[in-house]
This record gives sequence, C-alpha cells and structure tokens, in this order.
Amino acid sequence: MTAFIIRRLLQLPITVFGVTVLIFGMTMVLSPIERSALYVRDFPHTEGALEGIIRRYGLDDPFHVQYWRWLVGRTDPETGGKVGGVLRGDLGFSRTGRQPVIDHILHRLPASLELALWSVVPIIGIGIWLGIIAAINHNRLIDQVARVFSIIGWSFPTFVFALLVLMIFYAKLHLLPPGRLSDWATQVAMSPEFHRYTQLNTIDALLNLRLDIFWDALRHLILPIITLCYIQWAMLLRLTRSSMLEALRQDYMTTARAKGLAERTVINRHALPNALIPVVTVGGITIVNLVNGAVITETIFNYPGVGRAVAMAAQTLDVLTVLGFVLLSSVLFIVANLLIDVMYAFLDPRVRLG
Amino acid sequence: MTETVSAQKVSREALFRPEEQAGWRLRELHGLERLIGAEWYRVLRGLFTNILSVAGLIIVTSFILAAAFAPVLAPPLRVAADPYLIPRDGFGPEPKPPGTVWTRGVPPIPFWYKAVTGKDEWVHLMGTASGQFDIYYGVVWGSRTALFAGLVITSATVAIGLIIGSLAAFYGSWLDDLLMRITEIFMAFPFLLAALTLSAILVPKFGRSIWPPTIALIIFGWTRYARVIRGEILSAKERDYVLAGRVVGVRDARLIIRHILPNTIYPILVLASFNVGDAVVTFSALSFLGVGTQIGYADWGQIISFARDWIMSLDTHWYIIVFPGLSLIVFGLGWNLIGDALRDILDPRMRSTRG
Repeated sequence: MTAFIIRRLLQLPITVFGVTVLIFGMTMVLSPIERSALYVRDFPHTEGALEGIIRRYGLDDPFHVQYWRWLVGRTDPETGGKVGGVLRGDLGFSRTGRQPVIDHILHRLPASLELALWSVVPIIGIGIWLGIIAAINHNRLIDQVARVFSIIGWSFPTFVFALLVLMIFYAKLHLLPPGRLSDWATQVAMSPEFHRYTQLNTIDALLNLRLDIFWDALRHLILPIITLCYIQWAMLLRLTRSSMLEALRQDYMTTARAKGLAERTVINRHALPNALIPVVTVGGITIVNLVNGAVITETIFNYPGVGRAVAMAAQTLDVLTVLGFVLLSSVLFIVANLLIDVMYAFLDPRVRLG
Repeated sequence: MTETVSAQKVSREALFRPEEQAGWRLRELHGLERLIGAEWYRVLRGLFTNILSVAGLIIVTSFILAAAFAPVLAPPLRVAADPYLIPRDGFGPEPKPPGTVWTRGVPPIPFWYKAVTGKDEWVHLMGTASGQFDIYYGVVWGSRTALFAGLVITSATVAIGLIIGSLAAFYGSWLDDLLMRITEIFMAFPFLLAALTLSAILVPKFGRSIWPPTIALIIFGWTRYARVIRGEILSAKERDYVLAGRVVGVRDARLIIRHILPNTIYPILVLASFNVGDAVVTFSALSFLGVGTQIGYADWGQIISFARDWIMSLDTHWYIIVFPGLSLIVFGLGWNLIGDALRDILDPRMRSTRG
C-alpha cells in the first residue's frame, strides 16, 4: 500500500511539469506579435513600441528560455531582485478582470465554492440512490423510467438544459432568478452590520442569523445546482445501476439469502459495499468535474463565479486568465485523481496487490 | 477374443475437412452472414432487432438525409459565396416568431413549399434570431456542420488514439512508459476547459470558424482511445494467435493491423459512437461560449448563443432555444442509443475477452 502511494507521489511532479510545459506550449502557438498583446494593457501605437515590447519581454527567445522565465520569473533590471514567475504566484495580468490573474480568480472563488459545496451532496446522494433503486427493481417500471431518464439526461447539453430551465422558471414563472443575490439582499450583505466569516453567502447569512438572506441566496442557487446535477445523475445512475446489478448476480448473494438474512440486510451489507467501489472513484471525479459544468452554468445564470470569469475571458481572448485558471484546476485535478486512486486502492485490495 | 478395429482410410482431402469425416458439420453460413462474417452479422442483427437502437439508427439517418438534402430543404442565397452563412432578413435586433413573412434578401423558395403549404411567400419556418438570421436555415445547414464536426473529430481522435495506443502496447518498455506519461499529461486537464483554452488561443490564428474548436477537441480527445486500445492489445498480446503469427514470421505492422486490431476493435466502436454525439455537443458549447464559429454561421450552438441577450424575455423568444436545442438533443440521443445498443451487444464478448 505504501509502495503504491510512494510510486504515485513520485509520478506527480513529472505530470505537473508536463502540464506546465503543455500550457506554456499552447501560448507559443501564437506568434511573438500576437503574444505581445497578452502583456500590455493598451495597444501599442507605433511599430517601435511593438518591437520594444517584444524585446523587453523576450518574446522571440527560444522555447526553453521563455518557459524557464515564465516559470521562475526574471530579474528586474531596476531593482535587481527576482520578480514574477508562476512559482511565485504571478500568473500575469488579467485584461478582463483589470487585476492580476491570481487575484481575479481568488476574488471569485468563494461563489464557485458555494455552488460546488451545495451540489455535492445532492449529486452523490440522489444519483447513487436512483441507481440502487433501479437495480433492485430490475426490469420493472421504475427501472425502465430510470434508464430512459439516464439516456435522455446524457444527451441533453448543459447549456440547452440551463436555458430551458431558466426560460420556464424565470421568464415564465418568475420564481427562481439568475445571479447570486437579489438587489435588496446585496445591499444588506454589503452593509457593515453583516459580518463576513467565510465569504459564502449562505453560511454567512446563517451565522448572522438572517434567514431571509439565507433563503434568497438559496433561491438563486437552486437552478444552477439542478443544472449541474442532472447530467451527473444520469451518469451516476447508469454506473451505480450496472455495478449493483453485477454485485447482485454474484454467488455470495445466494449464500447470504440462503443463510436466511432479510433482503434489506443482504443488499445493504453484502451487495452495496462491493457495488459502490467503482462508484466511489467516479464520485470523486464528479466533484472535480463540477469545474467543467460550472463554466457554462455560471455563464448562463450570470452567477459571478470563476467559471463565468473564465468564459468571459475566453470570449474576449484574454488568454492569460484562461491559462491561469487551467493551470490551477489541472494541478487540482491531478491531486484529486491521486487521492481517488489511493482511496480506490484502499477500498479494493485487488488493485493494491495486482 | 480380440476385435480388430479397421482403420478408416483417411484421404488427404479429409484431413482438411474434419467435420465431414466425423459425421457432423459446422453450421453453414448463408447470404449476408457469409459475406461479412459471423461476428459482424451478429452485431448487425443486434442493432436491427433492438427497438431503441432502431430508433437511434432512424434518427441518425434522418440527420444524414437532412444534411445531404440541405440545398433542397433550405436553398441558399443565389449570390452567396458561402452557403454556411445564414441569410438575413434585414438587420433588426428583435427576433421574430415562426411564421413571419420573409421580406428582405429572400432566398429562392424551395420547390416543395408551394406543394406542401399552398402559400406563395416564403416565411421564417422557425422564426429569426437577433440580426434577423433565419433559424430554420441554420438548423438545416447546421446538421451539415454537426455531422462534419462529429465525424471529423471522432475519426481523428480514434486514429491518433489507435496509433499511440497500439505502439505503446505492442512495443512495451520505454516507449510504453513515455507514451503513457504523455497520455496522462493530456488527461490531466479538465476536458471542456482545455478545449475552451486551446480554442481561444487558436481563434487569433484561424479566425472564428469551425477549425479552432475542431482542432482543440481532437488534441484533447484522443487520450481515451489510446488507453482503451492499449489495455486491449496488452491482453491480446498473450493470446495464441499472436504467438502463432510471430512463430510463422509475420511482420509487426501486419500482425497489429490484420490480426490484433480486428479482434480488439469492439470497445473502440462503442466509444466512437458515443463520441460523435459528445463531440457535437461540446462543439456547440464552444460555439455558444463564443470561441467557435463566427456569428451568423449555420451551427446550432452559435444560434443558441443569440439567446444569451434575451434571457429576460425567453418565454416570447422561446424559438431561439427550442429548435436548435431540440436538434442537438435528438442528434446526441440518436448516437447515444446506437452506442448503448452496441455496448449491450458487445458486452458479453468484452467480458469474455477480459477473462
């Protein structure tokens, strides 16, 4: 077990290094002139200014020189000290956010975190539960309905679902609005009496004992959560169902029933733990995949999170913001996959010993 | 008393047809089954008997027909250079509902229109979007874009994945490690985000067209196939037919292409049919976000992106989302149904090869 973990940990820096090279390589697809646009706030007015920018930032140096400079920074000619570089947290300046990329992302992170936190339990809880119900009632009506739901849910693109749901519940019924907080709630949240502990609206509202703000924040969250959820439900349902069906077919189930155990005990104590092993790993990826879905969801619901910032940056070709976010989320992805693999090895001895 | 068993005279021909000598026959193959082989016949039969998969096949065929007959269903402007640019009925910002009469820049009326509806004026069958782009035209020609994107992206990703996966599995050792490290690096990115990034980077180079999202989806999409085919070939490498081939002296490339791949291709088929639907959906998502095709291009995601400005009044402008959205959903559904049916057919087989 330890050898497995150590082996995976040793591979980690190589993968991260490869990821940084690939991300940097993506910028090098553009020519030096195009790349100079990433480093300035206004367009250069003269040819000479453009040359100056290229020379100053070394935009036509060889690949490995530029990569190294991007990674560890350069020596500032005036002060002589080391400045910049990804390892020092300098991901560039965001044109859309009008602040450094890292600040731009951190500023919007709490909103996305709130959305993700409120989505995790419904996704995993309801998704797995639906799969179990479908597997237990194999080939009966509930199973057929669940399978149809799974196939349709998988085919439904996120942005179409989000727009349809917005059309029904906001444009038609005026029940669930987009955005993060209503205007009156924003006023209250900005005021000095409202103490900020976590930057998450729902938690802060509860801690400040303002239930009306809590409900308002939750009302704005419902539609984005459902949009993020349904596609994960479709996938989790199918996976849990097939995994559970596989487990229910095994010989140890017959043994358990022959021992005279109640059906409920048989399922909960014998079938379920074995069925949930592959589901657990996919569940982990689901949590990380909230990043993917969040880009489109936040854009459509005008939810001021990281996903919407990235989508707007991509639309206006603000490459540095997008790259900064991709770098951070890729590293997160790699670490999360490592944890999932370790958990999988912990749960299933066959993986460790195989 | 001893009984002698007379030895049957075994002729040379009989050595090559043991079933006739033994008094039993292998099942005879007729017609189609004999033409394409028993394996593929089984696959085809499974596809055509399952009702869901027949539905999927009907859906996909309808889209292919719609794409093929696009100039007939929605004739382009006579003077237009590019039929993929949607004709505009003026430049007004307010979308018009279905049934609005076409007033400016009218393209030629399709021949079937008078026969079917009995009217003389060409109307916007599905309404217009902001800028008066005809949605019906976009949906019909968008099926061409979708099929192009889906098939090109899937074929390219499968081809790249196959090459890399089979090289890694077949030659093993350092090549395997190197290629698998590279695959892991590409897989370390959240897919939509990576495609969005690369697409955004390629837009200054290619302009907003179909190429940035297509290239981006190909570059980040091949990893799945590489892994699957590598796993399949690794398990197939130990089989007797491979060892026999080596003993006889079959060259490596020929061994892979003619012997190993036909037996290991089945999971790839399942993944590929899911991938066509997914690729089109992701392609549309990138167009929707603004890093795909240009404004006014016949692409479903691009048409839906017009709805972003009209969120408050979506109940009156429902047609901007519903028609292209429905096309996307049904397109994905068709390919998913086929993929599901293929997986059900090939699953017992996959389980047996994994044993």
